[in-house]
Amino acid sequence: MAFPLPKPQAPQLPQHLLRTIDCQQGAVRAVRFNADGNYLLSCGSDKSLKLWSASRGTPLKTYSGHGYEVLDADGSYDNSQICSCSSDKTVILWDVATGQVSRKLRGHAGKVNCVQFNEEATVILSGSIDGTVRCWDTRSRRFEPIQVLDEARDSISSVKVAQHELLTGSVDGRLRRYDLRMGQLYVDFINSPITCVCFSQDGQCTLTSTLDSTVRLLDKSTGEMLGEYTGHKMKGYKLDCCLSGKDTHVLSCSEDGHVYCWDLVEGSLSLKLPVGKAVVQSLSFHPTETRLLTAMEGRVQVWGAEPEETEEAMAT
Amino acid sequence: MASDNDSDEDFVTYGTPLEPLEEDEPLRKPVPLHEQTVKDEKGRFQRFHGAFTGGFSAGYFNTVGSKEGWTPSSFVSSRQQKAEKQHARPEDFMDEEDLSEHGIAPREITTSKEFSSSRRDLAREKAQAISALSAPIPGDTLLEELIAPARSSIGVELLRRMGWKEGQGVGPRVKRRTNRQKTARVYGCAPRPAGSEDSEDSDEEFAPENVTFAPKDVTPMDFSPKVGVQGLGYRGLDPGLALVGRSAPKHIDLFNLQSDRNSQLFGDKQQHTHRGGVAGQAFGVGALEDDDEDIYQRDALSNYDTVLGGEEPGDGLYGWTAPQQYTKKKALHRVTFYSVYLGKILEGFTLASKSAEEKTIFPPPSLPRDYRPVHYFRPVVDVSSVSPALADALRASRGQLVQGGDQSGGRHQLDSSQRRALLGETALQGHSSVMDLLRSEDRERLVNLCKSSNLPSSPVSGPHTTLPSPGALAKSSLSSRFQPKEVLASWPDIQGSQTFRPFEENPSKQARYDLYLRRLKQGDKDALEASLDPNMTEWEKSREREEFVRASILYRPSSSSLASRFTRGKHQEDDNTVEVSQDQEADVDDKQAAVTMKMFGKLTRDSFQWHPDKLLCKRFNVPDPYPGSSTVGLLKVKRDKFSVFNFLTVAGNLETPGTPFCRAAIIHLLFSAARRCCCTRHMITFPPNLHIVEFQNLKIFLEFCVHKKESIRKSKQGMRFGILPQIYLFF
Repeated sequence: MAFPLPKPQAPQLPQHLLRTIDCQQGAVRAVRFNADGNYLLSCGSDKSLKLWSASRGTPLKTYSGHGYEVLDADGSYDNSQICSCSSDKTVILWDVATGQVSRKLRGHAGKVNCVQFNEEATVILSGSIDGTVRCWDTRSRRFEPIQVLDEARDSISSVKVAQHELLTGSVDGRLRRYDLRMGQLYVDFINSPITCVCFSQDGQCTLTSTLDSTVRLLDKSTGEMLGEYTGHKMKGYKLDCCLSGKDTHVLSCSEDGHVYCWDLVEGSLSLKLPVGKAVVQSLSFHPTETRLLTAMEGRVQVWGAEPEETEEAMAT
Repeated sequence: MASDNDSDEDFVTYGTPLEPLEEDEPLRKPVPLHEQTVKDEKGRFQRFHGAFTGGFSAGYFNTVGSKEGWTPSSFVSSRQQKAEKQHARPEDFMDEEDLSEHGIAPREITTSKEFSSSRRDLAREKAQAISALSAPIPGDTLLEELIAPARSSIGVELLRRMGWKEGQGVGPRVKRRTNRQKTARVYGCAPRPAGSEDSEDSDEEFAPENVTFAPKDVTPMDFSPKVGVQGLGYRGLDPGLALVGRSAPKHIDLFNLQSDRNSQLFGDKQQHTHRGGVAGQAFGVGALEDDDEDIYQRDALSNYDTVLGGEEPGDGLYGWTAPQQYTKKKALHRVTFYSVYLGKILEGFTLASKSAEEKTIFPPPSLPRDYRPVHYFRPVVDVSSVSPALADALRASRGQLVQGGDQSGGRHQLDSSQRRALLGETALQGHSSVMDLLRSEDRERLVNLCKSSNLPSSPVSGPHTTLPSPGALAKSSLSSRFQPKEVLASWPDIQGSQTFRPFEENPSKQARYDLYLRRLKQGDKDALEASLDPNMTEWEKSREREEFVRASILYRPSSSSLASRFTRGKHQEDDNTVEVSQDQEADVDDKQAAVTMKMFGKLTRDSFQWHPDKLLCKRFNVPDPYPGSSTVGLLKVKRDKFSVFNFLTVAGNLETPGTPFCRAAIIHLLFSAARRCCCTRHMITFPPNLHIVEFQNLKIFLEFCVHKKESIRKSKQGMRFGILPQIYLFF
């Protein structure tokens, strides 16, 4: 007697609000999961960066040292370091445990929009409104960047790293991919100012959200468009987009207070998650589970696929 | 042999001569065994290791290695300097002895295998022997044989593989019967010696019918050119005859001497039973010779043919490969020509079948009676200088005329455009003049300079520091010491601010010189005399005259346009180009069109060579894609410097009223620019009503920047704080 095969589950969507965290740090500019998804980082406009437990929503640490609002942050793969960037034109490398500043990297001529560790946390990449991406060495005590990628003609809005590739999105409407292994720079013209770029989990596609209220999925190698996702509103704010954990869905913030969730293949809107009335500033998808972080005004919301489970976990 | 010492020098001696034997000398004691040592060239003892050769004397005095012992080679390999692969050759392990003449790998020139005489080519030798007979000095091919390579050719090798054996002929095997028929038929009366072919043949009478035999060998044709001054058909002293001593009466073939000789060579050496030694007609019989029956030549009529035509089958010159016409002709002409032509037919020649055609010789053309074998050149006359009548006459007589000035000369006097017009070609595309290549402001400046050089000169305190042309200098310094005509001509107009004061140390002299120059420029004829100090002595005056003239020529300004060409660089700022990254895209409009049509891909993608920093590669754990390159980032190209559009390209979307996002950047930019302007107290005044609303259209703003750029450029400070990079950074 054979067991029936388990019914193939439809990919779940983070449609249930699990928790709302009031960050107490002014407007939350960005919210990020850490590498394993157990913690979250919130970047506040009151110059502080806060570390939270994702499962309980308790504040763990506040990192203060920036001179202006913190715009982006990223955690290293081993959770030992955090990098953050700010409007004060600096990038700060934090020691997680002590909360001390281990490096303060100055060099950008304007506010720094985005920051990212590479895979081994040996390099910090920071993109700024001055149109450059600076590669900072975390291993040495050098205060100069290893390399400055100044190909963009306008502000850099987003930087992502995947293995040996750097992906930058710029307000000049171009998606640039620097392949270190090949020594090539690929520039894709999108025409509209780019607000956020992402690699897909398999590393074959790039996701780009632009100010013409469109999210585009491009083939990485050829630059051809694989999907176009519209319906949301992204006209003036630098809002995030991302792919779900298994590349099944495309998610994007919207200025109308929703998070839009499209099916990646079909391009149809599968979920319109109402977050609030204001602009959804930032979002971050859990690396493995179906869990979503959204940031609106001063709050961070954690969304999950099933509400009960977490309640049980809360109870136990 | 060594009787006279002078002739000794002509000999080359090999080996060590034996000591002269003296009879009275007492017998030398043999060298005892323990003193019989062998030393090599370095004086070290060589021990006998092996049975025959003494083996090797290994290493250093029969030890290993060198004086210092073995020196092990060290292996060092680092990341920067990879160790090269060691290719040990056998020579590395050999000492100089092995590499010497008798070693196992001799380095000196020795006889190679090709030239060692191992195997002999019999056919070739025969051919050589035949040619040797006709050679002026008989037997001189011996020398050739000494040095000639004796390796048989590939053809011989192949034949041997196919079963051919030396001494055999080449071709299909034949039945003995026919063979015998051919060879055994003998005309004439010469008796065959016993034990020759006849007996052989009789032996093979018993051979079965189906047994075939190799054909007889034939002598290759000898095509060696005739050398020497002897007449055709001359035969030298036959060493074979002379040495072997042929005594038996031979069949003499009048018509075919060759066959006679060939049979001598090919054959049958065994038929001469006599021992060696000089014998023959001229030599008589030696004392040691046994037989003396043939001392005197006895010619008998029976030695001669009685039938015309001689021996029928094969004269031995050709085998079965004989050319067809040869055999045919032979058969045809034997009767006709041989009977007509009674002379000796030379070796290798045959009588022609038909007589040569007589050549028709044409007589040279007969010359006209008044022809003079001298060429007369017509005089070259300038038309303008002679009377018109004469010119006409000259023209009519097609004399060479130098064209008048107004007439266009030959094609060499035309320039390319004139020639083009004559040929009716269209003008070339592109720049017709160097001026077109210049930028407009440069061209203007050049035109201005040209104009200014034509203007009358303004007074100048001193001459320029440029040298005149050497020709002018030589002319003026020699001929016109006191005639400042050339000097005057060389100071046509002076402009510029540079002065040269040759007599700086003597102010009064300098003043006089200045005065002289001034007068010179005014065109004063006696400028020199007037400017000299009247109080000076004549000798001093004459000296000063000379000095002034020379100085004025030496330090004459060059033509102003030339001068400007050489001095311009000083006043000019540095190069007007700047290195800009090469990622200038082709056409944004095309891409926009592609984007609106949603045709992402090739149309919207550009790829550039990008050089990551070495450290960045290291940090990312990837190999450097361009290991040898020192550039970082994109490759650079030179662009015009003061062009904002090197730094800024206005994307289409930015022309529309800015998004809040962009607008913030603009505000930031403007305020910071304004702040910087105030800081340096420099006159860049932004409009007082500078607000964001004024810059809704970004294009206006850019034009404003470009406009302002000019004013900034004019001052050094402006460039130093650099508003342009600021625009670039913040926009």
